[in-house]
Amino acid sequence: MVVAVFVKTAFILFVVIGVLAPIITWVERKQSALMQNRIGANRASVAGMTFIGLLHPAADVIKLLVKEDVVPAGANRVLHLLAPVMAAVPAIIAFAVIPFGGSYHFGETTIELVVANLDWGLLYIFAIGSLAAYGPILAGWASNSGWSFLGSLRASAQMLSYEVTLGFSVVGVFMVFQTLRLTDMAIAQDTTFRAFAFVEGLFGLTLPASLGWISALRLPNWGIFLQPLAFVLFLTAIMAENKRPPFDTPEGESEIVAGYHTEYSGMRFGLFYMSEFIGVVVIAGLITTIFFGGWSVPYLSQEMIIAGVGHFFGVGFATGFCMLVHFVSFMLKLAAMIWLQMALRWTLPRFRYDQVMNLCWKILLPLSLANILVTGAVILALEGAA
Amino acid sequence: MLTEYTGVLVILAISLVLIAVLLGIHLRVGPRREFPSKQDPFECGERPVTSPRRRIAVKFYVVAILFVVFDVEAIYFYPWGTVFRELGWFGYASILVFTLPLVVGLFYEWMKGGLDW
Amino acid sequence: MNFPTLLFYTFALLVVAGAVGTIANIRNTVAAAMSLVLTMVSLAGIYVLLGAHMIAVFQIMVYGGAIVVLFLFAVMLHGDEHEELPPGRMRLVKAASVLVAICVMAGLVRALVGFPELPAAPVGFGRARQVGIALYSDYVLLVEMVSQVLLAAIVGALVLAKRKID
Repeated sequence: MVVAVFVKTAFILFVVIGVLAPIITWVERKQSALMQNRIGANRASVAGMTFIGLLHPAADVIKLLVKEDVVPAGANRVLHLLAPVMAAVPAIIAFAVIPFGGSYHFGETTIELVVANLDWGLLYIFAIGSLAAYGPILAGWASNSGWSFLGSLRASAQMLSYEVTLGFSVVGVFMVFQTLRLTDMAIAQDTTFRAFAFVEGLFGLTLPASLGWISALRLPNWGIFLQPLAFVLFLTAIMAENKRPPFDTPEGESEIVAGYHTEYSGMRFGLFYMSEFIGVVVIAGLITTIFFGGWSVPYLSQEMIIAGVGHFFGVGFATGFCMLVHFVSFMLKLAAMIWLQMALRWTLPRFRYDQVMNLCWKILLPLSLANILVTGAVILALEGAA
Repeated sequence: MLTEYTGVLVILAISLVLIAVLLGIHLRVGPRREFPSKQDPFECGERPVTSPRRRIAVKFYVVAILFVVFDVEAIYFYPWGTVFRELGWFGYASILVFTLPLVVGLFYEWMKGGLDW
Repeated sequence: MNFPTLLFYTFALLVVAGAVGTIANIRNTVAAAMSLVLTMVSLAGIYVLLGAHMIAVFQIMVYGGAIVVLFLFAVMLHGDEHEELPPGRMRLVKAASVLVAICVMAGLVRALVGFPELPAAPVGFGRARQVGIALYSDYVLLVEMVSQVLLAAIVGALVLAKRKID
């Protein structure tokens, strides 16, 4: 049991930290180069071969490991070392609840492609996220530098504000799916629904027969179709939580040097850097799971795949095949969501700090509250509750 | 019932080991040539004249209090959101009554300029 | 000793260690706050062992996250300017805190002595579903009162802030 969990965890962390995170640092460089019409990321080379810049992540790691470790004078040495750890640990352990696949039965044994199938998985993410604010706060306080202090103030106030919106934005989603467990949420999205039924139920409207295809149209039961506003709110809030552009005011280099990690070098800085990129993967995984059906394949539910393939090759093979298909499906969606974040990062300019805070408290928070109340009323009305 | 938490402990242990290894290698391998002007906190070439830990604007404190308030509010929404179908319109009415004072509070804060930066 | 018992003692040790750290770091308030985080998060671990799953999450979210961050902001609000209380007042504060500590301790010991053996928790105990149904049926009045308290907090924050600005 423990061994199985250990193997799963090691595998997922290897995929994320060993494979995805380095590739994302490469994608970030390459995509920015493409979007800005540059060549980019082609200097690191082995024997003259650059491998389209893929050596840069490796060069990064070596450089971060062998750089001099500078702790500023007057810094609190213990807290200065604790800060990057407090930033990196929450980012990594957030993966525990993100399902990379469903659960598959091979005779007696069941394989679940998730590290910890908590029944409050979504709240686990928020609980971990609320601890992530300590990294920047500590970094700024321990560094004994004005820039760091300003950055950490900005970071903490921004993260706190957006955590509120983040928490409210997903309430609508689990009102629809009636679960806090991320695996159940993915399973609930492994079906389709008739899009027009919503209009019929709410307004008693029916379409003429000539437009029958609209009323018969079925969409995957994905969060983004059921809760489109929640998707926008969630994406905005969680990108602000991760402090990446356009919400990078805590480290805005044109204003406050490098913000809360001004006084960090080598691997200490590397951990902050790493937690940001791991954050990108976590966000992509969360959005995929909550809003894009997780590992599910649209219009092909798990039973359909197993029954269809099992008809020719036997159930055991079909289950294994299904597991593989789901994993690939999850990874493709994950890649799409990472691409979305990168595209936003290189498209939008940095917001001013007052804009960031106003956006949160004056726009996103009222909207997310309204979304919850409207969702509740609509669902209760549709289902004719007492 | 507690087995579902095994993964959390395992991933916590792995992440701590990983970070310890990364930091350990770095602290061991990196060179160390300290001299005073390098150790100075970055100040665009000037010597820092005051302690950076000055008193902060009270706005940040207001944000922290608002955060606590709305975090607690969110906590009442989570259990309601999972069971609101069973609770029906009565549950809906109680969450409305619960939300209303907070919306009023937010609006009051807004009008009084507490949310302006 | 089985594994949950071992975990309980580990968490209990961390809770106490964090609490001691909070007191010991009296000159370094940020380090004290970090020790408090350790206490709060380890308490969440104990709640999980007790089967109070939702309480554990809320413990981390509200106490581990929000409340300690509020403490840190309060610390930063004062900056490095140490304003010591006059010695007489300081002695009074110390005496009062010792008194409160003794009272809390006495209450805890009293509650623990002769604590009845409880039956095992029912299936699904402490999960979101049970908590939700209990909150919005039996305790709905208390929930509404909480929102009034929160409203008072919002107004209080604004009053404090405005006085400092003007």
